[in-house]
Amino acid sequence: MKRLLLAVGLLGLSLTAQAARYELVIDEGQVRFSDGVRPALTVNGQSPAPELRFQEGEAVEIVVTNKLERMSALHWHGILLPYTQDGVPGISFPGIQPGETFTYRFTVNQSGTYWYHAHADFQEQEGIYGPLIIEPKGRQPYRYDREYTVLLFDWQDEKPERTLANLKKQADYYNDQQPTLGDLLRDAKRDGWSAALKDRWDWGNMRMAKTDIADVSGFRFLVNGRDTEQNWTALFKPGERVRLRIINGSGMSYFDLRIPGLAMTVVQADGNDVQPVTVDQLRIAVAETYDVIVQPKEDKAYTLFAESMDRRGYARATLAPRAGMQGEVPELRAPRLLSMADMGMAHAGMDHGGMDHGAMADGEMAGMDHSAMAGMDHSKMSGVDHSAMAGMDHSQMAGMDHGAMNHAAMAQANNPDYAAGSGIAPEPVDGGRVLVYGDLKAMRPAAGYRAPDRTIELQLTGNMERYFWSFNGVKYSEAEPIRLKYGERVRFRFVNQTMMNHPMHLHGMWMQLDKGNGQFNPLKHVVNVAPGQTLEVDVPVDAMGEWAFHCHLIYHMGSGMFRKIVVEAADGSTQPFYSEQPAAKESEHAHH
Amino acid sequence: MRTINLLPALLLATPALAMEPHMDAMPVAKLAVDHLEQRFDGDDQALAWELEATYGNDLHKAVLKSSGERADGGPTESSETQLLYRRMASEFFDWQAGVRHDDQPGPQRSYAVLGMKGLAPQWIELDANLFVSERGDPSLRVEAEYELLLGQRWVLEPKLEYDLALADDRDLGVGAGGSTLEAGLRLNYRVSPQFSPYVGYVWEKTYGRTGDWLRDEGEHDEEGAWVLGLKFWL
Repeated sequence: MKRLLLAVGLLGLSLTAQAARYELVIDEGQVRFSDGVRPALTVNGQSPAPELRFQEGEAVEIVVTNKLERMSALHWHGILLPYTQDGVPGISFPGIQPGETFTYRFTVNQSGTYWYHAHADFQEQEGIYGPLIIEPKGRQPYRYDREYTVLLFDWQDEKPERTLANLKKQADYYNDQQPTLGDLLRDAKRDGWSAALKDRWDWGNMRMAKTDIADVSGFRFLVNGRDTEQNWTALFKPGERVRLRIINGSGMSYFDLRIPGLAMTVVQADGNDVQPVTVDQLRIAVAETYDVIVQPKEDKAYTLFAESMDRRGYARATLAPRAGMQGEVPELRAPRLLSMADMGMAHAGMDHGGMDHGAMADGEMAGMDHSAMAGMDHSKMSGVDHSAMAGMDHSQMAGMDHGAMNHAAMAQANNPDYAAGSGIAPEPVDGGRVLVYGDLKAMRPAAGYRAPDRTIELQLTGNMERYFWSFNGVKYSEAEPIRLKYGERVRFRFVNQTMMNHPMHLHGMWMQLDKGNGQFNPLKHVVNVAPGQTLEVDVPVDAMGEWAFHCHLIYHMGSGMFRKIVVEAADGSTQPFYSEQPAAKESEHAHH
Repeated sequence: MRTINLLPALLLATPALAMEPHMDAMPVAKLAVDHLEQRFDGDDQALAWELEATYGNDLHKAVLKSSGERADGGPTESSETQLLYRRMASEFFDWQAGVRHDDQPGPQRSYAVLGMKGLAPQWIELDANLFVSERGDPSLRVEAEYELLLGQRWVLEPKLEYDLALADDRDLGVGAGGSTLEAGLRLNYRVSPQFSPYVGYVWEKTYGRTGDWLRDEGEHDEEGAWVLGLKFWL
């Protein structure tokens, strides 16, 4: 196995005793784009930050010096470690004050593709984000000839504090695709006046816009720090198997990623091996990682094309046999529109077990309950042939109101991760296959898989008009921590009451995403909860301490969608704040 | 124009971003100038303004409102200042309470204010208030505003303001049951989300006993004016 273990990015790598030592300096600097330079925050003079490569099992020391004039902190996203090394100011440690140095120390007991980023105000959005790759101890269950990291990002020239203030002052500040009188006339022509006016009336009653998909616009989308013109390129020899470690390091942007002409075999999600599944497109939520293997056979350039979910732009890179080649860049697809289903107007609370598929025959689109599939427990529905649903003949839905429905959405009506008739579910190109969460099955069954001891329901809530976000209607600054007991297994049920996707991120412990695959439910550090949907994860509570738990959209996190989780011993005692922790705990994680 | 002198202070109070964990409670300062316009009524011209400055977080805000009209080269015909505390009441509405002071030729008046402001269904901006003057005279005012997007940049903005006096205040020429309706239609060109020049027309008519008194003094109970102005926020 020929792998390019480039230590080039590992500045300051040296071995002291058994600990690998890394030195990182946070400072102001700049990034260079196709149209000039911009001020940015940097790590060792660069943004994105240098790729860190650890070995599974090694003890690492990361010496971080903050040369900014404000407090900073680095967080090792997805890494299981003592909570005092997790890097969240006010929870894990006091942060790294201006001019100070903090040494992170932990033993790496996992492998895979991760990333790291600033966890202090909005410094991540200003450039402090980088890949973190951990080489496994043993053999990997898949073969590849070379590998590349594909780190996606959404750069904005504007200061992020300014962006949040703009959103607070005028919530639709960044929506330059608002429904207009012209849209109403067009809709009326297509659907008739009564349907068009009713649609307008319904959205007006909610005081929300169906074009409000991303909160913020004006991003420049990057791959490994390069914009579309700079065209980051990875080389291959035809026939080679190329592993792409795809990381979405964006502050706010989801991407629909595809490589026209190449199928992608997903082998890892959030650093954990999954049973290989081959797809043509995948949607990567903010802060997720997916490793895919592609095998370009032809002597030509392929375009890695990552459209932002709202279709305002794309990130682009090239896989080519020789430098300087370019593949064809597809057209950006038409902007998406939220549907009433995304607003939770459909049947979120329905009893799916009793649903009558036959009733769809005369149902209208809104009533056609595909959301049923999203919420239902597949593991319990032994007799249902899901593949048959995929092939369901929509033409037989006699009474369906074709005028009022969104045909693009219908193509994806079967995406179980989104509400029925969702306007923003990822739509396949040319009948290609789109990755869904149910496809992710762990490579190895989780040890200790069992029924959860209790369930904590978290309503994902927010106020679009005032621009703040919360859990159960309560913002972080007003919330009590969530208390868990060491050793218990807790089910979190996320009920998304909003019209936005929320990538939920738990620090320090895995979330086992329940999509009905039982003990093969995959371990993830970020799970996306689609608008109007309910998603459940099980958390094996196996790490004492105080942990952050939040939506990874940076302005949602910054405006309140955040909680502290305190893991107490079974007797209710907690560990003293900022104390060292026994490293032994880390070995108890089951996935390796 | 002492109102205007307070503005620099508010402008300097830029959003102070606290570090986590209380970033979500950060106060935000906003100055919204809804209208700053020159009114043209025949040979008469006047400068009119309406603005609102707020400072606070999602739940609590301090609010300063100012509106008025000043004839070209002439005296300030009307100037109204309100200082309010505004508190979030529901998803789309706030309560507000405070004081109002009117400074115009003739007697000055101060009022207590209690009202609501928010976004009604169909995106209608509402600001409804009850005023009680220092003499104990109550009055009501409702303002409603809407933005009709012709395109992403051209925005037609109808606005209605209805004032209803519930008691006589002879010195101000306001009679019980008398009312004033002001309607405006402005066509904005959104240069940026923060800045729109506009042209429009405003029309005002006075009804009831207030109208009777106005006519008795030989004044018109109905006026209209073309306007040219700016809308912006900081």
